[in-house]
Amino acid sequence: MIEASGLTKRYGATLAVDGLSFGLRPGVVTGFLGPNGSGKSTTMRLIMGLDYPDAGTVTVGRQPYRRLRWPLSEVGALLEAKAFHPGRSARAHLLALAAAGGIGRSRVGEVIRLVGLESVAGKRAGTFSLGMAQRLGIAAALLGDPAVLLFDEPVNGLDPEGVRWIRMLMRSLAAEGRTVFVSSHLISEMALTADRLIVIGRGRLLADTTVTELAARAGGSLEEAFFGLAGESAEFRASEPADFRAGAPSEFQAGERPGRGRS
Amino acid sequence: MSAQPYEALAPAGHYRFRHAARMEWIKLRSLRSSWWTLAITVTGAVAIGVTVGVNTRNAAGDLTNNALAGMVPGLLLAGVLGVLTMTGEYTSGMVRATLAAVPRRPRLLAAKAAVFGAVMLAAGEIATFVSFFAGGLALRHGIAAPSLGQPGVLRAVILSGTSFCLVGLVGLGLGAVIRHTAAAVAVLVGGVYVAAQFIGFIAHGAAGYMPILIVGNSLSTTKPVSCGSGGAAACPHFLPPWAGLAMLCLYAAVALAAGGWLFARRDA
Repeated sequence: MIEASGLTKRYGATLAVDGLSFGLRPGVVTGFLGPNGSGKSTTMRLIMGLDYPDAGTVTVGRQPYRRLRWPLSEVGALLEAKAFHPGRSARAHLLALAAAGGIGRSRVGEVIRLVGLESVAGKRAGTFSLGMAQRLGIAAALLGDPAVLLFDEPVNGLDPEGVRWIRMLMRSLAAEGRTVFVSSHLISEMALTADRLIVIGRGRLLADTTVTELAARAGGSLEEAFFGLAGESAEFRASEPADFRAGAPSEFQAGERPGRGRS
Repeated sequence: MSAQPYEALAPAGHYRFRHAARMEWIKLRSLRSSWWTLAITVTGAVAIGVTVGVNTRNAAGDLTNNALAGMVPGLLLAGVLGVLTMTGEYTSGMVRATLAAVPRRPRLLAAKAAVFGAVMLAAGEIATFVSFFAGGLALRHGIAAPSLGQPGVLRAVILSGTSFCLVGLVGLGLGAVIRHTAAAVAVLVGGVYVAAQFIGFIAHGAAGYMPILIVGNSLSTTKPVSCGSGGAAACPHFLPPWAGLAMLCLYAAVALAAGGWLFARRDA
């Protein structure tokens, strides 16, 4: 459904995405795994046509995004940052998008119920907590009932219940035969959610494989396998715990805790 | 695991300008700040017209021009609202949702300009007509209120009403070029207000081409402006009303074209 070929994007002196090629297929959750700054969000923006590649192409159903006939009914996207005006109510936000997508008002009510925002749909979205804002973003992504869904770091900042809800949602969307592409830097979350994995580091493809196969490479530990791949490409690394001569928890990057991966 | 690929039920055909325009209309009307700004702009313009009316002592002056005196200060808010209509997309992140729904950027900007322009045109015409009648009613000292049937009056009222729309569209175009609210507002105020004073000072002949002087001395007048005791030599060359309107349209078109060109080419 989505095909990237030689995708390259440079911001000034930084090469954010470097000759990235991959394909996404329907019916499975494809995880997009890589450390922070590895080019995941940039790739998502390139798919959505928000940024233009310096080289290469990316298509959705053989079309670049800007040529889609009814974009919201073909691709739903939750990008990393908020994508709504804080002064507008959740309902008005969705109604505006529905108008552009030729989508009926009743569907707006449906997605509001689906993500559980009924009680706050009339409130200004600027008052929403992070979890509610994510739900609004997911409602917008589901509005057109699209066959392709992109989620950029959907569980960032969510409580365990929210994380679980999103995981179930993504799996059920894939089970309906949709193409689901979800980026994360959380290995444990990917282990629970994804079937296939595209691993990138410094904008380059490191692996395009299944979760099971990747874990098998390092004797069953997905985390170990990931570090094996990402080791050379991670831009910033914290010191190994041994350097502090204490049993401090291992953090592969500042602020990120891989957690106890189910391996 | 592998179910049949999901068949999305997209409507027939493809999205068009009207879908984008409908989205922009819902976006504009669902922000409380849009209505507040419009209400303050129109009320302020009328209040100034009434104040000038109350204090008018010269029955031989251009009474219509006096009643429309609030339009020039109102341009500032109209232009800022135009800037915010565009920069608000970037500061809030809304632009990502907007472009996901309408990825054809020229079509999106055209829809935005059409909807915003129509709303500002309505607001401007309401402001001029209400100012005209309220300013006339406020006249004292035995001065008779002007009527729309007098030569040039209806033209002055209608043409002045377009100024909110046209300066607002200049703001919208600037917002698309600059994308940062504060910087775009600074350029707008600098270009529309400060430059007019400056150019009036150093290049007298060009002053008549400045937006605020076009609105104040070309669009809203019923008779050619005289500059008091200094005579014709002290007066810059003011454009005739329709030429003034054409000049304002040109400013708006240039700002929108520049904004549209950059909007289509740059990363969002």
